[in-house]
Amino acid sequence: MAARRRNAAEDVEAREAERALVAALQAGDESAYETLVRTHAGRLLSVARRLLGDGEDAHDAVQEAFASAFRAIGDFHGDARLSTWLHRIVVNAALMKLRTRRRKPEQPLEPLLPRYEADGHRADPGGPWQPAERLERRELRKIVRDAIDRLPDNYRTVLVLRDIEELDTNEVAERLGLDPGVVKTRLHRARQALRSLLDPHLRADGGAR
Amino acid sequence: MSRERAAEPTCRDVIEFLRAYLDGELPADTRARFEEHLDACPPCLDYLDSYRATIALASEAFAEAGPDELADAVPEELVQAILAARGTNR
Repeated sequence: MAARRRNAAEDVEAREAERALVAALQAGDESAYETLVRTHAGRLLSVARRLLGDGEDAHDAVQEAFASAFRAIGDFHGDARLSTWLHRIVVNAALMKLRTRRRKPEQPLEPLLPRYEADGHRADPGGPWQPAERLERRELRKIVRDAIDRLPDNYRTVLVLRDIEELDTNEVAERLGLDPGVVKTRLHRARQALRSLLDPHLRADGGAR
Repeated sequence: MSRERAAEPTCRDVIEFLRAYLDGELPADTRARFEEHLDACPPCLDYLDSYRATIALASEAFAEAGPDELADAVPEELVQAILAARGTNR
C-alpha cells in the first residue's frame, strides 16, 4: 500500500516534470531539447532497431524522428505522454525507412511453416519444448532477437508492432496501410516461423531432428 | 489426434486457426470442438504450448536486462547530430 502510494506520488511528479519540459521546449529553451534527446533517445533507438536491425538505418530513423518531433512540439497538447507520442513518431520514421530500403535477400517463409499430410496431420510433429526457465535468460533473449531479425521484413514488422510494441491489430493495419485481416494472417505466419527457428533451441529432446 | 479419431477439425485446422483461437475469435461451437481436439492430440497441444511460448519470448527478448546488457546506450555522436539538426531547422 505504501509502495502504491509512493508510485502514485512518483507518477504525479513525473507528469509535472514532463509538463515543465514541454513548456520549455515550446518556449524554445535549448537545454530542454538536450534533456528531451538524452532522456528518450535510448528507448527510441531500441524501437528503431527492432524494426530495422542494428545498422545505420536505425540511427537515421531516430534522427528523423527527433527532427519531426522538434517541428511538431508546438502542437503537442499533453493528451498523451511524451514517451507515447515519441514512440508513435519513431515507429512511423522506421516504417518509412523500411519502405524505401532494399534489404539483403531474405529467407523465404514457407520452409518455416508447418507441413501437413493429405489427411490434415502434421508431417513433422516434433515434440514438446522444455520450460524456458531452464535456459540462461540472456543467452535465450539473444537467440530470440537473432531469430526475429531473420524473419522477412513484411512479417517481422507485424510481429514487432503487435507482440513487442503491443499495438492493436487496427493500429498496425493503419500504420502499414494493410487490411486488418492481412495483419492477422501475417502475425500468425510470423509467429509460426519464429517458433520453427526457436524449435531446435527449445526442444525438450534437445532438438533431435 | 490419434489416426482413428481423425475428424474435424483436423490438426491442420487447429494449427492454422490458433491465433484466432487464442484471440477468442472463434464461435463457441468451433471453440468447443477445437478444445476437444486439443485434449485428444498431444502434438497439437505441444504446438499450442510452443506457439504461446514464442509470443512470450518475443515480448521478453528486448526487455531491459542487467547493466552489462544495455544494448541501446546512445552514441554521443548521435545525440550531437540530433541536436545539430535542431540548430539548422529553426
